[in-house]
Amino acid sequence: MTETPASAQSTQPLAGEAPAAPADAAPVVAFRNVSIAFDGPLVLDDISFSIAPDETRILLGPAGVGKSVLLKLINGLLRPDRGSIRLFGEEITTMREEQLFPLRTRTGMVFQEGALFDSLSVRDNVAYQLIQERVPDEEIDARVHQALTFVELDNTFGFYPASLSGGMKRRVAIARALIRQPELILYDSPTGGLDPVTSTTIIELVMKERDVYRTPSILVTHRLQDAFTLCTHRFDPELGRMTLLPKGETDANTTFLMLEEGRLIFDGSLHELVHSDNKFVREFLE
Amino acid sequence: MANGLIERTAKDVVLTAQDYTLFAYRSVMNAFHPPRYWTDFLIQSNIIGVGSTTIVLLSGFFTGGVLALQSAATLSEFGASAVTGRFVSLTMIRELGPVLTGIMVAGRNASSMASELGSMVVTEQIDAMRALGVDPMRKLVTPRLFACITMLFFLTILADAFGIFGGAFVTVFMNHQNGTQYFSQAWEHLRYPDIIQGLVKPLVSGFIIASVGCFYGMRTTGGTEGVGRSTIDAVVFSSVIIIFADFLLTQVLLTLMPPL
Repeated sequence: MTETPASAQSTQPLAGEAPAAPADAAPVVAFRNVSIAFDGPLVLDDISFSIAPDETRILLGPAGVGKSVLLKLINGLLRPDRGSIRLFGEEITTMREEQLFPLRTRTGMVFQEGALFDSLSVRDNVAYQLIQERVPDEEIDARVHQALTFVELDNTFGFYPASLSGGMKRRVAIARALIRQPELILYDSPTGGLDPVTSTTIIELVMKERDVYRTPSILVTHRLQDAFTLCTHRFDPELGRMTLLPKGETDANTTFLMLEEGRLIFDGSLHELVHSDNKFVREFLE
Repeated sequence: MANGLIERTAKDVVLTAQDYTLFAYRSVMNAFHPPRYWTDFLIQSNIIGVGSTTIVLLSGFFTGGVLALQSAATLSEFGASAVTGRFVSLTMIRELGPVLTGIMVAGRNASSMASELGSMVVTEQIDAMRALGVDPMRKLVTPRLFACITMLFFLTILADAFGIFGGAFVTVFMNHQNGTQYFSQAWEHLRYPDIIQGLVKPLVSGFIIASVGCFYGMRTTGGTEGVGRSTIDAVVFSSVIIIFADFLLTQVLLTLMPPL
């Protein structure tokens, strides 16, 4: 299977464009002094940050530093040993698993390798939540077509994951995460292991979701190029592709976090990142 | 150093037993609260029940045949070869039918449950399911557990029946004895406690197969190698626990319903 650039096909939105959130709105996610370990030293140590409505946070750091762990803490897939995590204003660290399910349905998560259910077709993968909610088949089909059109893969409706390329799997995973129009999206290295062209396609989809629906999100990556592209471009719905922002301008709602050995060493804008004095940040950027 | 190893091993055993108990408890209790996944229950019943029918029928038939061959040779020394039917039916219904069916189904289904769920764990499909707001325990484990219990009950009845037919085949066509006598002996000496004993055991075995298979599948770590380890553990532990549970159940049921 070959990858089709995002710009080459339709950019039909999943729903109407979302209004901007009030500037003083409560954070969608708030971490306070969160730590976690797995039978050994701390994987995450005293992490505090928040994600505001409309905000896209890019979590940078080398492999094995705890980025995916942090992402899984956000929707309660993992439990911290210490600290407080608030999701949509609710403290989730003390919730039972059953109490977390309704909150998770309000978030969309794109896993590192897609994590598609290999025994189900693309249609059933994308519609997984809707099928569990017993939505009528006609409505499911319509919404799946809409979500697949968004990621420009409508032709894969009846395919099985085994017949898709790596990039296509990630795009189907994005469609699955977006089909219920989540209030927060968690992207776990959506471009990891992909070639540059396919990575750009995926980043363009992330940008489209950010700029068309203004859904808050956090994107884990160790690819600086993807992070900078998200900051320096915007998605133009009329052209159906991303365009470069005027020189010197960056997307104000896209900010950075950086982890080093389980500790959060940077939280700020692109400008602050590139001018940071932190030795690790400098080395990472170089 | 040796003390440390013993301590760690002991802790691991206790923790595994604790985790398994909680896992099994949750998987049973899920049946009493919605959502219930009836479609998954039917799919699993088809996979476990229909899928295992051939191996259960064949193993039952040949076990009955072997019993008839072995017993006829010994019984004829005492001039009692006429009671072959009684011997085969009682042995199949009380003991060999339930145990053999349990072990055959464990080999086929505990392994498939562990490898299927284990693969889902290592490819993050279980996490994806949780992230989509679906409880994997309810969706994957509980339907397998109840499907396995239900299907093992019926598979054991089939194994018993085919074991008796296998014994009849050997008795009539190889030992050249009277078939009517074989079946009348098999029927007349059968009592309700024998049947109850034979039908309680598969319920327990079904629970063991599915709970152990799913337990090892869901706690898989370490990629594809881990899936292999989980599959082996699931088959080994479920088979051993089935035989151990059979021993305990036989003791308890013989105490409650002593032979005449």
